[in-house]
Amino acid sequence: MAKKRDCFVPRNDNMEQEKIITVQNLTKKFGSFTAVKGISFDVYKGEIFGFLGANGAGKTTAMKMLIGISNPTSGEANVAGFDVHSQAEMVKKSIGYMSQKFSMYDDLTIKENITFFGGIYGLSRIQIKQKITQLVDELELQDVVNNLVGSLPLGWKQKLSFSVALLHEPKIVFLDEPTGGVDPITRRQFWEMIYTQAYKGTTIFVTTHYMDEAEYCDRVSIMVDGAIEALDSPKNLKEQFKVDSMNDVFLKLARNVE
Amino acid sequence: MSIEVQNISKSYNKIKAVENITFNVNDGELFGLIGPDGAGKTTIFRILTTLLLANEGSATVAGYDVVKEYKAIRNSVGYMPGKFSLYQDLTVEENLEFFATIFGTTIEENYDLIKDIYIQIEPFKTRRAGALSGGMKQKLALCCALIHKPKVLFLDEPTTGVDPVSRKEFWIMLKRLQKKGITILVSTPYMDEASLCDRIALIQKGKILKIDSPENIINNYEKVIYDVQANNTHGLIRDLKNYLSQYSVYAFGEFIHYIDKNADFNPNDLHDYLKNKNHTDIVIKPAIITIEDVFMDL
Repeated sequence: MAKKRDCFVPRNDNMEQEKIITVQNLTKKFGSFTAVKGISFDVYKGEIFGFLGANGAGKTTAMKMLIGISNPTSGEANVAGFDVHSQAEMVKKSIGYMSQKFSMYDDLTIKENITFFGGIYGLSRIQIKQKITQLVDELELQDVVNNLVGSLPLGWKQKLSFSVALLHEPKIVFLDEPTGGVDPITRRQFWEMIYTQAYKGTTIFVTTHYMDEAEYCDRVSIMVDGAIEALDSPKNLKEQFKVDSMNDVFLKLARNVE
Repeated sequence: MSIEVQNISKSYNKIKAVENITFNVNDGELFGLIGPDGAGKTTIFRILTTLLLANEGSATVAGYDVVKEYKAIRNSVGYMPGKFSLYQDLTVEENLEFFATIFGTTIEENYDLIKDIYIQIEPFKTRRAGALSGGMKQKLALCCALIHKPKVLFLDEPTTGVDPVSRKEFWIMLKRLQKKGITILVSTPYMDEASLCDRIALIQKGKILKIDSPENIINNYEKVIYDVQANNTHGLIRDLKNYLSQYSVYAFGEFIHYIDKNADFNPNDLHDYLKNKNHTDIVIKPAIITIEDVFMDL
């Protein structure tokens, strides 16, 4: 699938068009069923890349290969400089990951969670201490830092989760439906955090079912039936399909697949 | 009146989940409970479907009291809870038969009610429910909730986590069910779905903020909202927030929704300000107001 380099404009003049993800003919089969049918695309440094698709389209399967937790049947993918086949462990160490289903440990405090994940990511004690101060400050959690994460409203958990996914300053962070069910104001604060990170050069790979969030992305890919049926900026996709919103682009393209 | 709720309050230890909730749902109405996670929607549903006792207040469903006549309610309502709650290791067909049997009926008896929905999943009737995609699971859960021809249908966030195509299809199915005379109380965090309801209650942090039809809520909103766009979105948000008379600045898809504090606000002033900050391709125009805009300003 041809990539459209022209639409992605690096945010800073200093940033080159470095590729953080390269995917070539990536395929995943389960027995006789092909969930992901030879997809190919690239993601650039500092890009906010939206990875969309209907339920059953193969999105989650594809993502699992990219984050190193599922072996491809065939094809190649390189994430943050490492091959997903042969260097899956290095991929895991070099990326950030956050999803609705798994975020923080509800029965540990905020401080304990940051300490725990900091340790897992290989940060030193001093670095962890610095990060705790930094996060608490940025997210204004001073009053609740010793409270259990389970007592936080979902929106706060998600913002904290995002920050924790970035503790080891990875080149790329994968966000799996990060804002499902979150209130509209917190949702936007979350996206402002995403913008800020992208501006600093962190690549963001995000899946979402909120089509207004698809508009915030630099480029969006839409998977249908195991293949990528569209990949372009929201603006170009809307022009291509002659519609006003990403929601309508999606409705035109995505069909339910069983 | 299909559902009557009077001053319902419920706390879990010290946390007030819902406080002083009062609303009514008319026969045959499609009523939406609109609010984000933690608003209290599921608590209200559990109280109305007799799974939870309120601390204060009273409620009736289909004319029955939720405390004194709970058994009658359980026989006359359909309930689709937030998470997929059918039996993952039973097939589509087996799940339906199970629920029909529990309610003392058969699939054939009320088949006309679920037919439109069931034919979409019928090709997969021998597939285990756990192996269905999100959209298909919803359809099956809906069939199981309808199999005994309930008077009232309770749907707790039936479209959360589901893609826009399935969401759209689901609401089309709900509208068709409504025409068959079923009263439907549905909760959702998706504000765009609010406009598909007859009336909605906006709920946040355990309290109801407003109850009315979606049209009235939008028409009664007095402030003017502008769509603002420029080449550098991140910088635009920052500069708009620093604009002295700004009241609110929120991203809404490809535009920023901007509200100014002053009634005599002139968009040209904002245009000049943004130009001076070196923004290009500046667009400022009146925005179409949505339920989400109103909600965020409550």
